[in-house]
Amino acid sequence: MEYKVIVGLEIHVQLCTRTKMFCGCAVEFGQEPNSRVCPVCLGMPGVLPVMNKQAFEYAVLVGLALNCEIPGFTKWDRKSYYYPDLPKNYQISQYDLPLSRNGFIEIPLKSGRSKRIRIIRAHLEEDAGKNLHSAGNYSQVDLNRTGTPLLEIVTEPDLNNGVEARALGVELQRIVRFLGVSEGDMQKGQMRFEPNINLVISRDGREYRTPIVEIKNLNSFRALERSIDYEEQRQLAEFLESGKVIEMGNKTTRGWDDQREVTVLQREKEEAHDYRYFPEPDLVPVELDKRWLEEIRSGLCELPITRQMRYVNEYKLSDYDAGVLTSERAISDFFDEAVKAGGDPKRVCNLLTQEGLRIAKERGSSIAELGIKAENVAKLAGLVESGTVSASASAPIFMQMVETNKDTWSIVNELNLIQKSDAGELEAIVEQALADNPDAVKDVTSGGKKSKKARGFLLGQVMQKTKGQANPKVVSEILTKKLG
Amino acid sequence: MAERIDEEQVRKVARLSRLELTEGEVEEFTGQLSAILEYVEKMNELETDRVEPLAHCLPISNVLREDVVKESLGTEKTLANAPQRDEDFFKVPKILDDSFGA
Repeated sequence: MEYKVIVGLEIHVQLCTRTKMFCGCAVEFGQEPNSRVCPVCLGMPGVLPVMNKQAFEYAVLVGLALNCEIPGFTKWDRKSYYYPDLPKNYQISQYDLPLSRNGFIEIPLKSGRSKRIRIIRAHLEEDAGKNLHSAGNYSQVDLNRTGTPLLEIVTEPDLNNGVEARALGVELQRIVRFLGVSEGDMQKGQMRFEPNINLVISRDGREYRTPIVEIKNLNSFRALERSIDYEEQRQLAEFLESGKVIEMGNKTTRGWDDQREVTVLQREKEEAHDYRYFPEPDLVPVELDKRWLEEIRSGLCELPITRQMRYVNEYKLSDYDAGVLTSERAISDFFDEAVKAGGDPKRVCNLLTQEGLRIAKERGSSIAELGIKAENVAKLAGLVESGTVSASASAPIFMQMVETNKDTWSIVNELNLIQKSDAGELEAIVEQALADNPDAVKDVTSGGKKSKKARGFLLGQVMQKTKGQANPKVVSEILTKKLG
Repeated sequence: MAERIDEEQVRKVARLSRLELTEGEVEEFTGQLSAILEYVEKMNELETDRVEPLAHCLPISNVLREDVVKESLGTEKTLANAPQRDEDFFKVPKILDDSFGA
């Protein structure tokens, strides 16, 4: 018996507009309950929604980044919805004419390969508010989130395991952050995943498909990956026990229990999914002409995966380093700028991933916010490359660059960190060290087991005399010349 | 002639819309809805092969607004019409299944 896991994803991404989709209420996380609400959010009779231009443009931009077709005409529809977090009793969404369709996303897989996952569509809709159930025998409703622009992205079932689904989630997060259209903060619920999963099982020359399960509202990459892995095993066990296969209407919905790491049956679908869409009479369609589309397209940038591949192929960086550098656009832009200013890519990468990210993390900011100039990082990389300063000296220099924003050269001079590689100058210091330590010299020249240790001791003496500025490689060569 | 809507369909639509109907109402609405469908059915008599589907009855598009914050109502006004409130929240009957079906 063989089997394959089939996964399609629905992803909801909150767009980082200042205001909601159809009214001027501010989109702000963590405000007092029901303080960012107006008659439109409340679904009061007689109110009219007006489309947020920025939300539409952001959505189109993502559509373009996902290689979608962008039709010149798109419209809005009502989807019946009966929970109090959307008091209108319908959600404004898009049904038959979404703003983008038929695209794809490349997701990075191990060993520098990528896989293309087809995108069925990406459309705009409004988010619901929040229902809270912690208080007693009733629920509390906060409508601050109601009406926040939400991009729904639907993939073809081209994913084959939890790892791939996770990779897609991470990649999409990188893309929306690169484009600046969403913060993609999972903890704030700005990205939510709903995988549809089933198995194709081959047994005795016959093929069976297990019933599709949809897992609702996953809000971490870990939960996304784990829940798919869990469903794979659960569906396999269920098939072996009951032989149940896919039928019309036997799709079920399950939730993810984060503590126990299991999926839990929520509902058997049937008519619950009869959304009864119909055209939204309160909103007029959007027509996107060529000029407007090109204007939006100008907001596109080189996508993170393209940059990552470029760093690996052109600059010979490791896949890991390239991934770190492209995790945020600000870091990646900074890196590109430093390389453009003449910095050796590998050295610049080391400076940024080791010193830069560490300092940024300590200060709770990003590399771009450290106030250093890419040009100075390039210079520092050059100094390390030429051996003018040692690799270990680059840490204090980098720190000074952050603290003072002075030019690299003046910092190096002030800290007196120029590495001494001048053989003539070093030779005198070596001779002094040899004269001061005759016992160690004897140990080295007599050979034997103490020899190696004594050689290290002498090297250490020279480094001490030069306050660490001697080039260890040059000192070592002089020692060998003198002691054999 | 449209197939008349039957009482079972009316009950289903009512259930989907969370409406509770009396037997009398089911009968009444079955008749009314059938009449509406019959009226709409008249349009099938027209030749519409070369007519573009209409997405909206107004001949306009692109009514958009700039992304500029306007003042909200404030919590007190927002909750003023709430049948029940719990501090700054609307208070509603316990929701059992609210997995947002968006």
